[in-house]
Amino acid sequence: MRHDDAKLEESFGHAYANNDMKREYNSMKNHSKNKEAILSTANTFRWEIGESFHDSLVESIYNDASRIASHVVTKPAEKPRFSFDRSLDRLLTNKWSGFPLMFLMLAVVFWITVEGANVPSAMLASLLVDTIHPELRTLFDAFGSPLWIKGIVVDGVYLAAAWVISVMLPPMAIFFPLFTLLEDFGYLPRVAFNMDALFRRAGAHGKQALTMTMGFGCNAAGIVATRIIDSPRERLIAIITNNFSLCNGRWPTQILIASIFFGALVPTHLAGIVTAGAVVGVAILGIAFSLIVSWGLSKTVLKGEASAFSLELPPYRPPRILQTLYTSLIDRTAIVLRRAIVFAAPAGAVIWLVSNIHIGDASIAEIFINWSNPLGILLGLNGVILLAYIIAIPANEIVIPTILMLTVLSTKLSGLGDGAGVMFELEDATAVTDVLRAGGWTMLTGLNLMLFSLLHNPCSTTIFTIYKETRSVKWTTIATLVPVAMGIVICFVIAQLWRIL
Amino acid sequence: MSNVQNENCADCPVHNLGNLTKLGINMNQFDFVVALAGNPNTGKSTVFNSLTGLRQHTGNWPGKTVTRAEGGFAYGNKRFKVVDLPGTYSLLSTSTDEEVARDFILFGQPDVTVIVVDATILERNLNLVLQVLEITDRAVIALNLMDEAKRHNISIDDRQLARDLGVPVVSMAARQKEGLDELLKYIYEVATGRYVCKPYRLNKISRNLEKAISQLAEKISAEFPDLPNARWIAMRLLEGDQRIIDAVKNGELGNLKKEPEMQERLSTELSLRANAASETVS
Repeated sequence: MRHDDAKLEESFGHAYANNDMKREYNSMKNHSKNKEAILSTANTFRWEIGESFHDSLVESIYNDASRIASHVVTKPAEKPRFSFDRSLDRLLTNKWSGFPLMFLMLAVVFWITVEGANVPSAMLASLLVDTIHPELRTLFDAFGSPLWIKGIVVDGVYLAAAWVISVMLPPMAIFFPLFTLLEDFGYLPRVAFNMDALFRRAGAHGKQALTMTMGFGCNAAGIVATRIIDSPRERLIAIITNNFSLCNGRWPTQILIASIFFGALVPTHLAGIVTAGAVVGVAILGIAFSLIVSWGLSKTVLKGEASAFSLELPPYRPPRILQTLYTSLIDRTAIVLRRAIVFAAPAGAVIWLVSNIHIGDASIAEIFINWSNPLGILLGLNGVILLAYIIAIPANEIVIPTILMLTVLSTKLSGLGDGAGVMFELEDATAVTDVLRAGGWTMLTGLNLMLFSLLHNPCSTTIFTIYKETRSVKWTTIATLVPVAMGIVICFVIAQLWRIL
Repeated sequence: MSNVQNENCADCPVHNLGNLTKLGINMNQFDFVVALAGNPNTGKSTVFNSLTGLRQHTGNWPGKTVTRAEGGFAYGNKRFKVVDLPGTYSLLSTSTDEEVARDFILFGQPDVTVIVVDATILERNLNLVLQVLEITDRAVIALNLMDEAKRHNISIDDRQLARDLGVPVVSMAARQKEGLDELLKYIYEVATGRYVCKPYRLNKISRNLEKAISQLAEKISAEFPDLPNARWIAMRLLEGDQRIIDAVKNGELGNLKKEPEMQERLSTELSLRANAASETVS
């Protein structure tokens, strides 16, 4: 029997050996015939019916929805609460009062954050830096550890982390809950609504107003927030310009410099207002840069169509205050702690090393400062600032302590600070002024520092976040270099103008 | 005797509350999949949080949800995976959000689709509800923000709405955790088949359109007998929806029996879109 089958198989090939396969093949053919039939029938009908199918379908859906809703919903004749929403919106989004109220809101949030953060920051600083730091040093000495280990771990790593926590944590713990409360309340879409026209003219998306606002708290958070923008082109614009929002970590620098170099110029009772004015001015300058660079990008590297933005202004809802404060606080604390440990601590080690490793008879820090000083002066800054900014790439909060330490180091001032490579801060603004003036600082230096602080490369957490969000080395590099390039150019221009005038 | 008692116990909300366990992780073994659909800013994430215990960030503006889309919970000795779909106003246009949501409901074949609806603007929300009811016949309406509606003196007859729509309607105020028990009960009943929905289907369509739709639907049902929504597929083909055309060509529509891999792929796609992996900040 098998012999015959084999012979038959030879002559007829697979057609005989696999009856099942043949049946399946036929059935498959039938299936695809049917499918083709379905699709061609659909095509024919589509030609007959024409364009109006979609519209009539949508119309019937709306009619049905309306009918069902009217069946089951009873509304009151008067709508008292709605008019509260409307009147509030009339105030917040109209041409004349919308923007001033927005800036006022920003100023209020800013003021609450700064004032509220003062006491906790001071407390944390006195705990972590003034108390624990010397204890740690004594502890390490007691264990007989070599000088360099003590230096790297205690003076470098620990100190940097401690600075970040005491400087960054209180303002973030205040700003973000406030931001979330405004979110819950429903105010943020009104911000997007107001600024949409501006952003559209700059070639960007209206939602960029929101990511920009988020960036005032933390640039990395602002970058993550750009997920709300769908179009990749507009999302990139939002990411690249986010750094122009002055993040919490840079506020202390701005406030300090403003109070020394600008507040000191006016009588004391006006000093506070002038300082605040200077800082708010820099913040608004940041927003302006954001728009200008967005416009530039959308005309050159990121050309394209503006995408439609339909925004539903939600009703105002009472925010859940306690819940928000609690979740926000826990979140922010965790994030700051992580950032301090992962990014700032290594920077601290580098700072200590750079100041204490000697080549010849000068430390690496001194060599770099002297070498880069000419370039610094050209830009209206100095070598100390340049080095401080390079080392402080991981975390903006440690810029001022690093600058102070480096100035003392390079000018060999005595009686200040705790030694080479150990960052410090001074209680008294006048004491800081003395140190800086000894380092050769002028008002130009102060002004350019404020500008450079606004316009330099993003901190390492932000760079890391940009990479994770864009997954592109090219765009991450652009996002990192554009601000710093602008910073260099602008500082240079201002320095020249200043010297001419 | 004890069996009868257990059955009655199982229906009591107090009994089941104790059984509700929240599992905030990606469950690999689950019994049922629940999709959360609805207009933007209706409280989907709040409902999602209440069901899964995850601390999704909520906020009062549309488009807030951009991160993790999955979670799970256990109820009545069954395990449910919850997928939070992007908020959409409709499933008929061509934005990516809407396609993803539509694809998940159609191809991912969730066991239950919970449509979260804002009670203060019911008519507008019904647009999406009616579209979803065309695609699936296992749905539960979560009539959320009832506290808001009460504040505006709006009252809604949810029993009548349930009768009109043919699916369960649960009045909720998710922020205050009101209505959660009833929602869970109905999710369970629809998923296990104890509650059979008879969803409302569009019927007031002009005569020549109706002819085209029914003829096409007949052919589709003949070729894909298991499809519960041949009319909807017909409507999409008549509009020239490329995704559905492709699905017909490659036979995807014939394989819509619940396939775990298909669901996994779609929900992974959702998560990737939302970049759930990267969560450095907030």
